Amino acid sequence: MSIFEAKHLSLHYLTRFGSKVHAAVDISFELEEGEILGIAGESGCGKTTLVSGLSGMCIPPLNYTSGEIFVSGQPLIGRPLEDIRENVLAKEISMIPQGAYNALNPTRKIKDLAMDVLKSHEKGKANKKEMYQRIHNRFELLGLDTDKVLNSYSVQLTPGEKQRSVIGISTLLNPKMVIADEPTSALDVTTQKQVIGVIFDLLEKKVFSTMIFITHELPLLRHVADRIAVMYAGEIVEMGTSEQLVFSPKHPYTQALMSAMLSAEEGARKRKPEAIEGAPPNLAEEIVGCRFAPRCKHATDGCKKNKQEIRIVDNRQVRCENAK
Amino acid sequence: MPNKNVIFEAKDLVKEFGHGKTHNVVLKGLNFEIEDGEIVTIVGGSACGKSVVAKHLLGFMQPTKGELFYKGKKITNQRDHWQTVQPIFQDPFSAFNQFFSIRSQLEDSFKVLYKRPSRAEIKERVDAALLAVNVMPSDLKEKFPFELSGGQMQRMLLARIFALKPQVLIADEATSMVDACVRANILDYLMKLKKELNMTIVFITHDIGLAYYVSDRIFVMHDGGIVEHGTPDEVALHPKSNHTIQLLEDIPDIHKDWIKRKRA
Repeated sequence: MSIFEAKHLSLHYLTRFGSKVHAAVDISFELEEGEILGIAGESGCGKTTLVSGLSGMCIPPLNYTSGEIFVSGQPLIGRPLEDIRENVLAKEISMIPQGAYNALNPTRKIKDLAMDVLKSHEKGKANKKEMYQRIHNRFELLGLDTDKVLNSYSVQLTPGEKQRSVIGISTLLNPKMVIADEPTSALDVTTQKQVIGVIFDLLEKKVFSTMIFITHELPLLRHVADRIAVMYAGEIVEMGTSEQLVFSPKHPYTQALMSAMLSAEEGARKRKPEAIEGAPPNLAEEIVGCRFAPRCKHATDGCKKNKQEIRIVDNRQVRCENAK
Repeated sequence: MPNKNVIFEAKDLVKEFGHGKTHNVVLKGLNFEIEDGEIVTIVGGSACGKSVVAKHLLGFMQPTKGELFYKGKKITNQRDHWQTVQPIFQDPFSAFNQFFSIRSQLEDSFKVLYKRPSRAEIKERVDAALLAVNVMPSDLKEKFPFELSGGQMQRMLLARIFALKPQVLIADEATSMVDACVRANILDYLMKLKKELNMTIVFITHDIGLAYYVSDRIFVMHDGGIVEHGTPDEVALHPKSNHTIQLLEDIPDIHKDWIKRKRA
């Protein structure tokens, strides 16, 4: 049985002017236990919206339009927020938010923040000393100077320590699945490597088993994820194994993402990274045909008119009628 | 050399913060020269002092010891300095005021200049700048900073530069929050602008791939000092310092091994 499943999930924002912005459309995927799914896409394509939707924290102006989510077989949509907060978040699904420094309250010590998670989820079960011991044991897995970190405020820590503390706090209750929303985008490459190392350690020690890893860096996903889904303007345009997507992308957008990469290797200075002309479509308006067609080099009259559906090409899902 | 036109010159730049227990030497005697029309990249891990260098170049900070010259003079008046030197910052959300619409803030950024263009010209220049960063001006009507995503906000900061057209640009981690396609777009336009105005650009980044692509010279910083400098080919392909080698190794390159996940 799959541990997490999204079926034709669509989400929209209600704007101040009463119009709907369809930020995520027709998202379907399944996650098996032990799998890491990477989601890549440009800024504003709906990655962070999708995270809020998947974890059940749909707070207005964000609303569910249609579709279903199953967490270990249980439906998630339609349950009251209090129920989701108490029984799903941190226990079944946990989140590592974007920008760790904004996620930690600067007026409280790290140990108090960690204690809050245990207190609110396990009322009256354990005493303070036991709780502290549990937190201490967990933080030791993160490769941190545990006593120092637990007794300091978030402003006293380096970015890497902060990010690792956030990972420690959000996985305290051994969730089944973790959704990591750009956990390393604000870190430098050396710290990024350490943080990914910590995440892999936790996976190996079975603290959690399944992960959705969201980032805008495809090369990073090549090393982290088993499968990659590429999003464009709220839709998943291509989904396959990481080798398939990185080395032989089929959708024109994935191809463009790969050719825009910069690397420090011989000859890279002469190769110009390819920019895509134009801007993503306005999601508040109704879109006819393929969403990428106006910026696509290989667009035909057919795909400008027809709405694109997921097709299976070369053992992967592609949302393009011309992909071979 | 005779026809060398030095814009920034640092001599034994030292910056210290705090007293007593919290005393911390952040810059440990930097010496560098940045020439007119050059693209220089300062690369380094976090907490190596690269942002402090940027703040000195912008006149936000004065060095504790040593001297920093801009066109042969010390930076004394910040407003004078900002007529020709403009920044792009790392975090766009703290760079914009949340209470005013983005459009009005972009137009207001002309207020820093002593010699302001006419209202109609300001409008025109803002429109052109927005188009340059792939945003339709009509999409931005009366939008506030909190209504945009992180990458879109970063592009707004760039639009500000494209409208103001400064002589020197200090870009502190300007593209670390945007994805590869947008980054390629932004670099494309920056290069165009650079050619048009003969702008000097100082990039500050931890991405050595970006540094290799854009710059004429690379400085590698570690722990408050410059450990290596040279042309991109020298630094990125034949690194001598251990810190540079470490930086290059940590990049998740698709063709090389990085960290492997151990499966139980």
